[in-house]
Amino acid sequence: MSAIVTARNLSKRYKNTVALDSVDFQIQSGRIVGLIGPNGAGKTTALKAILGLTRFDGELSVLGYDPRTQRDKLMEQVCFIADVAVLPRWIRVREAVDFVAHVHPRFDRAKCEAFLARTKLTPDQRVRQMSKGMIVQLHLALVMAIDARLLVLDEPTLGLDILYRKQFYQSLLEDYFDENKTIIITTHQVEEVEHILTDLMFIRDGKIVLDTDMDAVGDRFAEVMVSADQAAAARALKPIDERQVFGKSIFLFDGADRPTLEALGEIRRPSVSDLFVATMKGTYA
Amino acid sequence: MKTLAGNQMYWLVKREFWEHRGGFLWAPLVTGGIFLLLNIMGIITAEVIGARHGIHIGELGAAKQHFGGGNLQSVISQMDAGDMSQVGMALDMAMYSSMALIFVVLGFVVFFYCLGAIYDERRDRSILFWKSLPLSDTETVISKVLSATLVAPVIATAAGIAAGILQLLIVATTLSFHGIHVWQLLMLAHPVRVTLNMIGHIPLYLLWALPSVGWLMACSAWARTKPFLWAIALPVATGLLVSWFGIMGLFNLSASWFWQNIVARALFSAFPGASLVGSDDLIHTGNNNLDFMNLGNAYHLLASVNLWIGVAAGAALIAAAIWFRRWRDDG
Repeated sequence: MSAIVTARNLSKRYKNTVALDSVDFQIQSGRIVGLIGPNGAGKTTALKAILGLTRFDGELSVLGYDPRTQRDKLMEQVCFIADVAVLPRWIRVREAVDFVAHVHPRFDRAKCEAFLARTKLTPDQRVRQMSKGMIVQLHLALVMAIDARLLVLDEPTLGLDILYRKQFYQSLLEDYFDENKTIIITTHQVEEVEHILTDLMFIRDGKIVLDTDMDAVGDRFAEVMVSADQAAAARALKPIDERQVFGKSIFLFDGADRPTLEALGEIRRPSVSDLFVATMKGTYA
Repeated sequence: MKTLAGNQMYWLVKREFWEHRGGFLWAPLVTGGIFLLLNIMGIITAEVIGARHGIHIGELGAAKQHFGGGNLQSVISQMDAGDMSQVGMALDMAMYSSMALIFVVLGFVVFFYCLGAIYDERRDRSILFWKSLPLSDTETVISKVLSATLVAPVIATAAGIAAGILQLLIVATTLSFHGIHVWQLLMLAHPVRVTLNMIGHIPLYLLWALPSVGWLMACSAWARTKPFLWAIALPVATGLLVSWFGIMGLFNLSASWFWQNIVARALFSAFPGASLVGSDDLIHTGNNNLDFMNLGNAYHLLASVNLWIGVAAGAALIAAAIWFRRWRDDG
């Protein structure tokens, strides 16, 4: 496997805050990476650095390019949806397709039109007349028709209703993703992406606190439902989180011994959101 | 790759036109239309009043010049070469005047276009969409400069020429109702020369407007908020300081030199004809005819240091705008 993104000592300081604090990570080809963290943890800064939208200290190589100095070359193979509703409000569907078709060497117009045919968008419609969901449909149709090696999605579904959100990730998986492509997603709606992620990165206060693939999550973390009489024994194993449900306690363990846990109760693979909450405890305190 | 770059530039400029169709296309067309409409209304009013009071334009004109009967037709046949050229000049003037309004509008369109060119896309964050495409900041900003200095003036000039010719025809038609042959009259005017003059002024406009375009775009790319205020306030405040402390005295120059060559160049060079106001050509060629509009005179400007320093300053400011667009981090 080849690394699509390699960061070493990646740092970014704003006037009085540290957005990224000597971060190291690698992203391999053919993965879908969830970059997840609380507000202000440095997610967007990391993405901006990868996309060459901001300056930073340290080393960062994206597809072998330095995003600071080789951004123009880089953008032929990288695409991003920065946020919902960044499409210019005056543009018409027809104009947007025309424009991208003529300036992007890796754009497949037929593909884009096929995606658009599945929506209610009409060629003469302007972005300002569209709902947020429709804007994302247009943006996604444009982006999916680009044969990019890296796709970066920064809160792509913020403010969309559940139908659009489901459709968004479904199209992404079914019609876009393959082993030659890599996707990085940041989002707060963890539940909706956890089934599609292959890798997980938690970021907190400018540091990567967890960097693992999803298979390893099941091996390393375990959630055990323990009845009240065995709760004390479970606490002795230093769980990273504990919550109560129907008189039983659910403990979350990081790297605890499996047989010992099995003796305590039923073991489950923790959900990403539970893991996230446990890892980020005290962030806003 | 060369063709791809050229193709990208074409589509970038086209994109600017799509976004600013209102200012680039409709503003000159509507202005020209309104001007012609007002003219027609004025002529009709004059005719109606004239008819009501029993005055006929032709006879009035004749009465004035010859204290006798006859009509304009006979007046023209009796005119000497000097008079003929006066009539021709009046007709040319009519043509220029219909264009003048369009060019005033063009000045405003270009001014506000430049001021918003980079700021607006930063404000509505659509810059992030444009930056997701493989288009460099240099290409993008240059496409905006070309839109301001070439696309807008070319369209305005075309609209101006069309309005000018229509205006000429309206005047000629009106007079023909009073017994003057349209064609004979049109021969006195110089519509071809006027048209060529206008087209020939476009490259001069481009060069002369560059410092303004550069300054406004640099502000547009740099200002966090209110680019208009910054663009006006910075040069004016500097000008006031210069006037107050007499700084220009150090260079043996007056404060008014600063106002004329820095402040005005930064703010008003994008208004067509601004180059004429500052130059001495008006005085040298005299005000009696329209020779100052002729390209031979206008192109004297190419020999002026003022123009080329402005071009250099404009290029530097455009480079600054490109740099700001590349690195300005709006968070």
